[in-house]
Amino acid sequence: MITLNAKIPEGPLEEKWTRYKSTTKLVNPANKKKLDIIIIGTGLSGAGSAAALGELGYNVKVFCYQDSPRRAHSVAAQGGINAAKNYKHDGDSVFRLFYDMIKGGDFRAREANVYRIAEVSNQVIDHYTALGVPFAREYGGTLDTRSFGGVQVSRTFYAKGQTGQQCLLGAYSSLNRQINAGTVTMFPRRDMLDIVVIDGRARGIIVRNLLTGEIERHSAHAVVLASGGYGTIYYLSTLAVNSNASAAWKAYKKGAAFANPSFVQIHPTSIPQLNEFQSKLTLMSESLRNDGRIWVPKNKGDKRPANDIPEEERDYYLERRYPTFGNLVPRDVASRAAKERCDAGYGVGDTGLAVNLDFRDAIKKQGKKVIENKYGNLFEMYQHITGLDPYEEPMRIYPAGHYTMGGLWVDYELMTTLPGLFSIGESNFSDHGANRLGASSLMQAAGDGYFILPNTISNYLSGEIRTPRVPTTGAEFDEAEKNAKERIDKLLSIKGKNTSTTFHRRLGKIMWDYCGMTRNEEGLKKALKLVDELRKDFWSDLMVPGEGADLNQELEKAGRVADFMELAKLMITDALNRKESCGAHFREEYQTPDGEALRNDNEYSYVAAWEYNGDNEPILNKEPLKFEFVELKERSYK
Amino acid sequence: MPDMKLKLKIWRQKNAKTKGSFVSYDLDNVSPDMSFLEMLDALNKRLVEAGKEPVAFDHDCREGICGSCGMYINGYPHGPVPGLTTCHLAMRYFNDGDSITIEPWRAKAFPVIKDLIVDRSAFDRIQVAGGFISVTAGAAAEANAILVSKVKSDEAFDSAICIGCGACVASCKNASAMLFVSAKISQFALLPQGKVEAKARVRAMIREMDKQGFGNCSNTGACEAQCPKQIKLTNIARLNREYYKAY
Repeated sequence: MITLNAKIPEGPLEEKWTRYKSTTKLVNPANKKKLDIIIIGTGLSGAGSAAALGELGYNVKVFCYQDSPRRAHSVAAQGGINAAKNYKHDGDSVFRLFYDMIKGGDFRAREANVYRIAEVSNQVIDHYTALGVPFAREYGGTLDTRSFGGVQVSRTFYAKGQTGQQCLLGAYSSLNRQINAGTVTMFPRRDMLDIVVIDGRARGIIVRNLLTGEIERHSAHAVVLASGGYGTIYYLSTLAVNSNASAAWKAYKKGAAFANPSFVQIHPTSIPQLNEFQSKLTLMSESLRNDGRIWVPKNKGDKRPANDIPEEERDYYLERRYPTFGNLVPRDVASRAAKERCDAGYGVGDTGLAVNLDFRDAIKKQGKKVIENKYGNLFEMYQHITGLDPYEEPMRIYPAGHYTMGGLWVDYELMTTLPGLFSIGESNFSDHGANRLGASSLMQAAGDGYFILPNTISNYLSGEIRTPRVPTTGAEFDEAEKNAKERIDKLLSIKGKNTSTTFHRRLGKIMWDYCGMTRNEEGLKKALKLVDELRKDFWSDLMVPGEGADLNQELEKAGRVADFMELAKLMITDALNRKESCGAHFREEYQTPDGEALRNDNEYSYVAAWEYNGDNEPILNKEPLKFEFVELKERSYK
Repeated sequence: MPDMKLKLKIWRQKNAKTKGSFVSYDLDNVSPDMSFLEMLDALNKRLVEAGKEPVAFDHDCREGICGSCGMYINGYPHGPVPGLTTCHLAMRYFNDGDSITIEPWRAKAFPVIKDLIVDRSAFDRIQVAGGFISVTAGAAAEANAILVSKVKSDEAFDSAICIGCGACVASCKNASAMLFVSAKISQFALLPQGKVEAKARVRAMIREMDKQGFGNCSNTGACEAQCPKQIKLTNIARLNREYYKAY
């Protein structure tokens, strides 16, 4: 068993971070340039941390699989980024943002970490603004905000429906400044294949150069994973199609515990699948729920065009079930409610797997111009993809796999259980509990990268100043490279009949059906068997053409799907273990009489940190969650 | 719309050292709801299942924002529909029986890597040369201490939405990167935050652009017409102005 020491600083909630920063160990400027740091990923957390660590004078090496760091998937976040600025004078504060996140996460996140991210949120907005990120503004020249799903204040900063792109390009520009300054070296088109552990510490990585197929070794004093989430495990997801879990999974197999893997957010408003070759489901930002009203026909199987259905025959089910929050309930609640209506036979469209998101009333009240100003690019995107005009008829939407709250377990310093290995952004489990609120992912990724990790990593690195530059010639590097090469050879040698995409689609279906929006014991047990069978098939019937020593996109995919097959089992195991419903984890056996999630705080108020145990069952380690500053409550949006 | 049959003529090239050529493929059962890349996925599935190498192409987000994808489709970068990236181009814009020619970007500064994949790292090198505002994490002032007119800020946003796909270079007879460079220069020229380093920035980025082997701008406007984000030609005028001011 590993020991989970969260290293939460003593003292009142609002003083913990200040105290930590004032007392943590620092590294002398002259020593910083002798210390190497490897970062995997160039999204908001990866690019941000690379820039900030470079600015501090560390020697940073950054890796991404894309051809340019500017393409990391943070680029696709639409709606916005939260901060507790209280610019709208509507009663917001750091504590309220913290409380909303704790409550939104259904009391399954660590208080101290959540409070800290709320605290640094304001610095993030200051920094991005200074970097030239063109956030939306009021006519007087100040920054504008809007309200976003699941909260009652207006704290979301935005740049039309492209907030993620603008923040990422801001982070990319600060990364470029450090590349220019020589503190950061960029390695694009690399897949991380393994972490190299020497004497119990993370000391390097093995990567595959995706252009040449060459296997490379890189060493460092510390390794930072900023590799994103694993939502693409569902095959149908809102993520970039190459997003993957492999870096985090390799870290798990080298000793980093994986926390709450079953906590996955299914986003309520994506465009439904249109053809069988489609895996990418395009998200329609949840900001649309500020003005759009969600409904299905009151009569089962009503196939009339939406506009022909009179008002009294429409069921605005979110407004009916949740009068206080209405269409703005948190994502998990909105997704389950859509599934419930569709499963009961009220869904719309050819497949019956869609609900209406209607702007008729908003257009009537505010005028087409105002709606176009707010959502023009999203409406246009919808029309291009579906061929339907959302100004004239309701959008059709359905839930899709989106964000993973689970991830590598980290302590207050964002270090995993493998010393020297850190995890930031979506790749860690830290701040969103069992459900993430809208516009909190950009906030967390940027906060981790720019303002938290640079302060915490020095505590570890201060103990490394006497460690000389790590050579890449040792036995541990030999071994890791050998294993990576053997796996590539194995994938190439199967020469079966099916593509890795075919296997991915099958795996996604199992996970969606049995470990998706709702789960039950019988289904989860069945899924374990199905995944085992599929995995056997994969390793005997996979077809990867071409060679390893070449650009080979099928080989890249195959490696990622192979890791998803293993991660799937851990997700199911975690979902089986958690005999309660909380946030996005909805076990059908545990619900209130009117169908809401039923937590069991006595038995499950803990983080489940799974430890790799070779071919045996993984070991469950529990980090008890103590709520000293908020009262545990039933999460109600009624 | 019923499914379509297509004749595809695709550029296949093993690597930078080998000569490439067009290869023809017949593809049936193309749904009009597919995106252009999903149509290529369908072709690739057939190729892989037969043990053949699939057509290599860059792609990632598939929602028109990461800038990974891009290819000439019947001679047009990102295809015949304005304002769309290849991943967003739906097959319903084509007809049953169409022949479609697909090629990688052609530009000296974008050498072909394999099939439809080109090396666009020259774009990154231009950004590294000066596409930033020098502010260190922790040094920023309170955000509302910088007031920016909404009009200017919105204009800066319209320049800032460049996705770095390279269609501007691909569409230009001179393979010029002026639209790409001007988008970043404009974003910062329009904002007070960008003023301090304006001169050094435009000099550095133009110097690097020339070094990377991009051609000159002769104002034909093909870049604006083909840009999937519809970045305006006026950005180039602003770039020129900024450049004159810098010397």
